[in-house]
Amino acid sequence: MTELSNAVDIANAVRHGSVSAVAVLDEYLARIDARESSIHAFNLVTREQARAMAAKVDADVKAGRDPGPLAGVPIALKDNMCTRGVPTTCSSRILEGWKPPYDATVVTRLAEAGAVFVGKTNLDEFAMGSSTENSAFGVTYNPHDTTRVSGGSSGGSAAAVAAGFAAASLGSDTGGSIRQPAALCGVVGVKPTYGTVSRYGLVAFASSLDQIGPFTVDVRDAAVLLEAMSGHDPLDSTSIPQPALSVQGSLDRDVKGLRVGRITDLPGGSDPEVEARLAESFDALAAAGATVVNVELPSMKYGLTAYYLIAPAEASSNLARYDGVRYGLRVDAADTNAMYMATRAAGFGDEVKRRIMLGTYALSAGYYDAYYGKALKVRRLISDDFARAYQKADVILTPTSPIVAFPVGAKVDDPLSMYLCDVFTIPTNLAGHPAMSVPFGTGAHGLPVGVQVLAPTLGESVMFQVAAHLERVAPGGAK
Amino acid sequence: MSDVFMIDGYELVVGLEVHVELATVTKLFSASANRFGDDPNTHIDPVTLGLPGALPVLNRQAVELAMRIGLALNCSVQACTFHRKNYFYPDMPKAYQISQYDVPLNIDGWLELPGGKRIGIERAHLEEDTGKSTHVGGTGGRIHGSDYSLIDFNRAGVPLVEIVGRPDIATPDEAKQYVTELRQILVAIGASDAKMEEGSMRCDANVSVRRPGAPLGTRCEIKNVNSVRSLGRAIEYEARRQIALIEGGEKVRQETRHWDENDGRTHTLRTKEDADDYRYFLEPDLVPLAPEASWIDAVRAALPMLPRERRARLSSATGAPSDGEAVMVVVERGQDDYVLAVAAAGADVSRALVHVKEAYAEQGATPAIPAADLARMIVLETSGKLTSTQAKTVLAEIVASGGGDAEKIAAAKGFEAMDTGALEAMVDDVIAAQADAWAKYCAGEEKAMGALVGAIMKASKGKADGKAVTALLQSKRG
Amino acid sequence: MPVTPQARISPDAVAKVARLARLDVTAAEVDRLTNQLAGMLEHFADIDALDLAAVEPMTQPYPLVNVFRDDVVKPGLDRDEVLAVAPAAEDGRFRVPPIIGLEG
Repeated sequence: MTELSNAVDIANAVRHGSVSAVAVLDEYLARIDARESSIHAFNLVTREQARAMAAKVDADVKAGRDPGPLAGVPIALKDNMCTRGVPTTCSSRILEGWKPPYDATVVTRLAEAGAVFVGKTNLDEFAMGSSTENSAFGVTYNPHDTTRVSGGSSGGSAAAVAAGFAAASLGSDTGGSIRQPAALCGVVGVKPTYGTVSRYGLVAFASSLDQIGPFTVDVRDAAVLLEAMSGHDPLDSTSIPQPALSVQGSLDRDVKGLRVGRITDLPGGSDPEVEARLAESFDALAAAGATVVNVELPSMKYGLTAYYLIAPAEASSNLARYDGVRYGLRVDAADTNAMYMATRAAGFGDEVKRRIMLGTYALSAGYYDAYYGKALKVRRLISDDFARAYQKADVILTPTSPIVAFPVGAKVDDPLSMYLCDVFTIPTNLAGHPAMSVPFGTGAHGLPVGVQVLAPTLGESVMFQVAAHLERVAPGGAK
Repeated sequence: MSDVFMIDGYELVVGLEVHVELATVTKLFSASANRFGDDPNTHIDPVTLGLPGALPVLNRQAVELAMRIGLALNCSVQACTFHRKNYFYPDMPKAYQISQYDVPLNIDGWLELPGGKRIGIERAHLEEDTGKSTHVGGTGGRIHGSDYSLIDFNRAGVPLVEIVGRPDIATPDEAKQYVTELRQILVAIGASDAKMEEGSMRCDANVSVRRPGAPLGTRCEIKNVNSVRSLGRAIEYEARRQIALIEGGEKVRQETRHWDENDGRTHTLRTKEDADDYRYFLEPDLVPLAPEASWIDAVRAALPMLPRERRARLSSATGAPSDGEAVMVVVERGQDDYVLAVAAAGADVSRALVHVKEAYAEQGATPAIPAADLARMIVLETSGKLTSTQAKTVLAEIVASGGGDAEKIAAAKGFEAMDTGALEAMVDDVIAAQADAWAKYCAGEEKAMGALVGAIMKASKGKADGKAVTALLQSKRG
Repeated sequence: MPVTPQARISPDAVAKVARLARLDVTAAEVDRLTNQLAGMLEHFADIDALDLAAVEPMTQPYPLVNVFRDDVVKPGLDRDEVLAVAPAAEDGRFRVPPIIGLEG
């Protein structure tokens, strides 16, 4: 079975009847049983549901019904996506054990495509973090080196794919929460254009920045998953009124004549090995006939500030609903106000509280203009910078993460240092553009390095085109 | 300005904020039903309950009705946005309300009171309603002293339009007229059933007082006014309360007060210092609303005749004043079209107005008898064939039967008004028989007419029409 | 983390923000949060140097306008399923302690 490690191959084999979905699932469950205790990628392995879904796929195949493009593919879901009747905790005590009465749109779409859900993966609490150390249920360890973090906030989903616990997984990305763990775990991670994948059923962190995207073992799988998930959803007002993305056709195109942007004023401080891998990726594309062009993004260096004012502000409002009234944790008290205070104090971890405080302050009377108001203008500057850059370049490359996976505990006491992990990923969320991380060689200690391919709004085709080429020429092979 | 309303030398300044529940089928941001009075929590969905991951999507019909309200109130309709108003309360499922803040849908209109005074309307914007809480264990269902509360989210997410009036109202009566007129407009355009007693129209009053020519005084907001009558009482009470404070050398504290219908007073609910900072910011889960000019024009063109125009039309037809009781009442009841139909069927329009007003005295009573039937009855009356007393009796029977031939009914009852010739002959006979009374009447003693009229009515066995008799006597006297 | 003399946020402001956000914080937590938030705000002061007067705020990543639903009822949630996972319920409604100290 080990030769079937990617989603496309699995789906093809299951659709042709050469292997059963149940047999595929058993293989993946065996891997989980063997190694999950040292990785802790999952908050919950959904064995029974997975068996039922696999059985249904097999029944469809037997009956000659089309089981879907992802037939039998074991997929893990970040535990901030609503799954009906299955606990969705956001790795927070305030939602511990909570079972949603409805499914997120992406969950429904993947299930209709024949996917088999193996479990809900661990994350930084409410998606706030870059290491999955902010989870209330324990950290997720990096499969390449279990003394180190998997990145975050979608650390569990990245590790699940890297460890072979799932053929693919879903994460959410607000400031880099798919791309950064993808880079640290050596897998592919995609944040699509804002509005292409429905947010209905994704527990909101920062509404104008959040997007759902796939983790996969290779670029082709990511394309297939994105095609199955994307497309207009009438339940999400911010959903772009267009049909599903179509990107598989661009995977085999050569890169001759493409203009690849190099940011001349990119913030420094990355590991030398990471910078070396980036330089090699430019060389590889140039060698294949692409033109490397210099672009400037002078406002990029303010991205962190804008993000850490906008995201916590929106989050402070999105997380106000966790008040013990209708669902989740309640700490009883003599009156409702005291109940709110006690429930939220007990239910939220430190990082979440810190961001709620920061966000509340940034929106408060007298401070809105100085903080949130200004941050929205900085956002405009960054978006304008990108617009100018994309007149000269078709895509832009940066490192995904400035550093390789760091040891567990190394940054927990230094929030600002943790925030710097997202310096290259944040600007795309602010602009609403797509970006993806492709494994490209290794860095210090032999740990994975990811190169980030950025593209303009709805530029997924050219983004995948370049990513596929980088995958083909990556040092030491694609994985 | 001798007829400026004052209490103890102080002017009143009143601004009203009215929240109206729109008559849509579903809620503002989700597809649960918008229904009143059903079992609790039977119209709920992820958006209504503020579940994690839920997202709002705007109801097009709510926008249509909100525009109707704005245009009926002479507002400008503009491209607009939605904001979050953040505060904690158990009936607020998301701990924020989606509303409109600095750029609302409708701005700068007015409402004209029946007497012609215009009350400015600052804005009329869309927002979502909250759930409802009931308090268990305290006295009278109040929060104070309760043991716990129960929340029903059926109402959460119902579309509201908040109509903010400018502080142009100067008397409790004007406030009552404003709300009454507003209600009629809302019902006429089909935007809401606007029932204060059911909560589909809610009124808060901002009240302050000042000496003429002085700057505006500190205002208090009065909540929990549940009827038009209460509104008048509450404003009057509050004005007097503030005047008493000022006269006593104290300052009016800016605060929100709760009107208690039972003890007829307002009580402190919360002071400004306790007020939450709402941290308004643009709602990132929604996109801007920019109704096309063609949509706005279509809504405007489809507006029905509004109460003010109806009153003007009826007044012009009958000569009765447009803010007089008869016209106001008949239009408010929606009976004016019928009055005009009766007139069109050949009856005197002023008599039609009087008869409809009296025969269909209840709010919302729909005249059910064919207009032609009532018209024929009125013709009999005005041509003198029926006295007005007889006419009322005949009409009562026609109404009870849902229609009928007035002549047949009159004949069956033995009603015949006397014809003018016979009546005049009878009058002459009585004048001759009551020579003393006649002499006194001719000399100017009006009281003497009573004896003459009495004798005529007796002689005619009640068939004489009192008005006609009086007119004849007066004309014979000269 | 050293707190600069002109700290960007005071302990009073932190306590007030905690109340607004309904987060119960001890005195020690207020101090710790004040230090952390002040440090962050100091770092975020880099945007103070920018001249943003002529810049329009960016509030939407993708410029959509006029997104609507039709006014048609769709099946909602089952009350029993929802109340079964509620912290407290009675009589088909959500039960909460007395509502005191809140704006309504």
